[in-house]
This record gives sequence, structure tokens and C-alpha cells, in this order.
Amino acid sequence: MTAVRSDTAVRIDGISRFFGAGAARVQALDNVSLDVRSGEFLCLLGASGCGKSTLLGLIAGLDAPSAGTVDTTGRRAGMMFQDSALLPWLTAGGNIEVPLRLRGIRRGERRERVERLLAMVRLAGLADKRPHELSGGMRQRVSLARAFAQEADILCMDEPFGALDAMTRDLLHDELERIWRETGVTVIFVTHDVREAVRLGDRIVLLSSRPGRVAEIFDVDIERPRRIDSARVAELATTVTTRLREEVGRHGH
Amino acid sequence: MATESGTSTRLRGRSTGLDAETGLAVDAALAGLDALDIPTAQRRPLAARAWAATWPKIGALALFLLLWQIVVWSGWKPTYLLPGPGKALSEFGSRLGTGHFWDALARTLVRALEGYALAVVIGVVVGVVVSRSTILRTAVGSFITALQTMPSIVWFPLAILLFKLSESAILFVVVLGAAPSVANGVIYGVDYVPPLLVRVGRSMGARGFSLYRYVVAPAALPSVLAGLKQGWAFCWRSLMAGELLVIVPGHSSVGADLQNSRELIDTVGVMASMITIFVVGVLVDAAFNTADQRMRVRRGLIAEGTSAVRAARGGRGRGVTGSGVDPVGGSGDGTVPHQPADTGAGGADGGHAGGAG
Ligand SMILES: Nc1ncnc2c1ncn2[C@@H]1O[C@H](COP(=O)(O)OP(=O)(O)O)[C@@H](O)[C@H]1O
Ligand SMILES: [Mg+2]
Repeated sequence: MTAVRSDTAVRIDGISRFFGAGAARVQALDNVSLDVRSGEFLCLLGASGCGKSTLLGLIAGLDAPSAGTVDTTGRRAGMMFQDSALLPWLTAGGNIEVPLRLRGIRRGERRERVERLLAMVRLAGLADKRPHELSGGMRQRVSLARAFAQEADILCMDEPFGALDAMTRDLLHDELERIWRETGVTVIFVTHDVREAVRLGDRIVLLSSRPGRVAEIFDVDIERPRRIDSARVAELATTVTTRLREEVGRHGH
Repeated sequence: MATESGTSTRLRGRSTGLDAETGLAVDAALAGLDALDIPTAQRRPLAARAWAATWPKIGALALFLLLWQIVVWSGWKPTYLLPGPGKALSEFGSRLGTGHFWDALARTLVRALEGYALAVVIGVVVGVVVSRSTILRTAVGSFITALQTMPSIVWFPLAILLFKLSESAILFVVVLGAAPSVANGVIYGVDYVPPLLVRVGRSMGARGFSLYRYVVAPAALPSVLAGLKQGWAFCWRSLMAGELLVIVPGHSSVGADLQNSRELIDTVGVMASMITIFVVGVLVDAAFNTADQRMRVRRGLIAEGTSAVRAARGGRGRGVTGSGVDPVGGSGDGTVPHQPADTGAGGADGGHAGGAG
């Protein structure tokens, strides 16, 4: 495992987030504090509805906390969504180009970068395909390339592989790990799948539900490359699952 | 490894860095999975598609002409009042050779285009402004729809009092007729932009105008297009009403010709004029449909030449041969045509019913 750099990429300090008002008011997050280290692969794990997406949106600057602060230490955060969320009126290349155009990069250089990003996700030559002409796994890879086109130092991923079949997902885990190592980007990866979290993360932040709080943080001391079906992954996954069940169980009564 | 240099420089520094062996293996595995999962589109040859799109129309037209002829043969009205399709069509044909016909048609089309262009500009501006503000939306949203449902002909008395029998009177009513549909198309389009896509745009750094340019406008396009099409229909109807009522001395037009023929009890002339109006309507409608069809195909909302709803019902899909009669979706063996995934703009499509008929 590469040594984790000591400096902090994201400083989350006592954030809460409420939705709605009056009787319908829900508290999605309650006093969450967390430091994300630069270059680390952090997994946010929790049951559905525990506030993972909300937290990620706060980090990516898409939303503002009701209380507390999020400091991305001058770094740019990019976002990748569950169902690829490609713009259906653009080609694969066109989608990757949007963040480049938004930053005013010239056409010639854009084209070059799009090709390079497509090659990074092993889709070289498919720039002219439209999203509906691609498979689910390919769409997610285009989406990943688009997130990288934002030149983000922090990559926020919201259950990016949730809708894929197991085999494609395993391959994309390998791909994501390779790209993470090559680029040194800080990844904040949201999932509700314990094994996926153990397979990928340097650390796993377990969130409790309703309101979301940090229940526990696990260090994953398993050397890479890991396999999702290896014994050590399974072992830690069992421990984390037990803890997750406890958290969910507190809401049963 | 660099620490603060940003991912781009790191990416730029290396080639894409696939290490050879594992790279190839992963490549092969991914390629295999991708190939299995890619939606397949079967396309019929162009000629076959053109024919499939044309023959029902020709058939319907032939049937209509036949019914018309039968009514004429029945002797319900004397032939000087109700001539047969042969006479009307040959009068229409012979008019095509006269300068007067083309002068009149040109004036009518110029009026239509002027009015339509103005209506589109006003409608888009009003639509964008209203869709941006909740207060305006509540204040004028239903007012615009009410305006849209008002028959344009009721505006003419006012228009004639304000502008006398002039081009301006016609323009006034045409714009009032068409602009509300365009505005509504824009408003609904913006309303139905999938929130996820807006989040995507914002996450890429689009704000304000750039968010409109890269996300909101293209996502709203299906509804805007429907509004433009409906706007045209209202424009054309209002114009025809206007040309019948407001005859500007010395200005020939299709509507003026029609009115003229009626005064002369020249039914053949009336019908020839109506054929002109009908043909223009059909041609413009075909243009709008082509644009709409191309947009949907590009976005994967339909396979070429089919509607997604029909394909999902399991009827005749994409030119795959079959009985085509399958009323209870999916045949016995459970095969349902593979649907391309709708990547999100679908919601923008069902916004409001287009077409004013
Ligand atoms: N925009 C919103 N308005 C109201 N409630 C919301 C909104 N977004 C999220 N919530 C609520 O906040 C809680 C956390 O949601 P979310 O962050 O999406 O959970 P997760 O991603 O972990 O499944 C849920 O109870 C959800 O209903
Ligand atoms: Mg979520």
C-alpha cells in the first residue's frame, strides 16, 4: 500500500443538514466531523437514506450545510453519479468535453484531452458513440472520464457501480484502483455495499441512519491489489456488516 | 509522486499507463462484457423505411378522394356547388402556372414567417423569464394558457379598430395566436428538466447562463420543439382567419383569393385555394416531424421509425419481421424488443401535448 500523505484534502467540521420545515422537517446529517486525507481512497458506507448522497453533495459544493463547515482546502471536487447521468443529447466525447468547454479550453486541446481520457477508461475511439449506444459499464466509464475532465483533485463518487452486474463491477473496481493510483486523486466513494467498500477503501466511514452520524471508522489494512472474494476482504466485511446491522437495528423499535 | 500538481498534470505526464499484460486481459474481458450489453439497433434500408412511411399517407389520401367522389356521384349537391376532386385538383394544377398564384402565396408566406418569427422571439423571451421566477410563474402561467385557448378570430374586431385594414392588424393577431404556445413550450420544457442533469451541470462548474446553455436548454428542447410546432399551427390558423377578414386593398393573398372565389360562387376556386392551404400545412408539419424524429433518434428515445411506446408494447418493433399483431405485449415466449435505455431526457418529453391539429 502506498503511504498515505499526511495533509488533509477535505476538512468537515460539525456539519448538520436539515430538509424541509415544520413538522415535515428531517435531519439528514447530525454533527458530522471528518478529515479526508489527500490522496486516500475513502469509502462512505451506510444504509439507504442515511445521508451519504447529502454528505457528498456538501463536499462537492452542490449544497450548503445547515450548520458547520466544509473546507476543501482550495481543491476542486468533481462528481460522478449512480446512473452515469450522461447528457443524452451529446456523444461520449461531447460529454467529456463539457467541463473542458466550461473552463474555456481551446478546441484543439479539448479534442486531444478527450482522446486521452477515453483511452484512460479503455474506450479509445468511441468518442462519437451516443450514450444510448453504450453498455451500462461503458457509460459509467465515460462518466468517470468526464469527472476527470474536471481536473478535480477530489473525486466524489455516488454509488457509481450500483446498477452494474457483478462481473462488470469487479472489472471496474480494478480499473478505478488503477486510475486512482496513476493520478493520485483523492477519492470519496459512496456505497451501501460492504464488500465493495472493503475491496476499495483505505478507510471506511460507517454512517448511522437518521440522522446520519459517523458511527465508526475502519482502517482497511489489506494490501493491494485486493480481490473482492478473498478471505481477508470477506473477514473484514463480516465485521463491518455486523456493525452496520447494529446501526440499522437501532431503528427497528 | 507529485502532491499538489493536480490530476491533469499527472495525467498529462504519462501516457495512459496501461501495463501490458493485465491491460490486455482486462481489455478483452471488458470488451466481451460490453459487446454483450450494447443495445443492438437493427436498421432497415432507407428505401424500405421511406416506403413504410409513405404508403399509409398515400392510401389515406386516395381513400379521402374516393369518398369525396362518391359524395359527388350521389348527387347530394349540384356539381357547380360541389365539384369532384378531379376538377378541383386540375384547377389547382393550372393555377400553379399563373403569376398571380405565386404572388398571393408569396405574400401569405411572408406574413406567416414574419408573424411566426416575431411570435417565437416573444414566446421564448417570455417563456425564459417566466420559467425563472416562481412569482411570475404563478402570476402569468395560467394567463398564458388562457390566452392560448382564446380563438384568434375574436381578436380581429379589436385589431381592426386599432390598426384598420392593414398588414399590422394581421400581424398583431398572428403573433397573439402563436406566441403563447411557444412560451408554454419553453416553460414546460424548463419545468421538466431532470434535476439530476442540473446537478450534473452544477457539479461540472456550470452556473447561470452556462447552465442554461449546456444543460437546461438542450434538456428542454423536446418540449420547446413541441411548442414551436403548436405555435406554427396557431400562426397558420390565425393568418388564414385574418386574410379572410382583413383584405388589404391591392394585396393579393391566399386568403383573399379564397374569399374572392366565395363571393363569385366559384366552388372550384374555393377548393383550389383550400388545397393550397392544406399542402402548405402538410409540408410544414412534415418538416417539424422530421426535426422531432431526428432529435429523438439522436437521444435514443426511439429507434428509427418507431415509437418507444409501440415497441414496448411488443407490437411491430424495428422492422423485425413478425406477425405484428400482438395485442398483449410480449409474445408467448416472452420476447420483448430490447429497449435502449432512456438516459434521462424522457421526462422532458411528456411535458404537454403538442399539435393543435
Ligand atoms: N432534497 C431533499 N429534500 C428532502 N429530504 C431529503 C432531500 N434529500 C435527501 N433527503 C432526505 O435525507 C435523507 C438522506 O438522503 P440521502 O443523502 O439521499 O441518503 P442516501 O444517499 O444515504 O441514500 C433521506 O431521509 C432523504 O429522504
Ligand atoms: Mg444516495
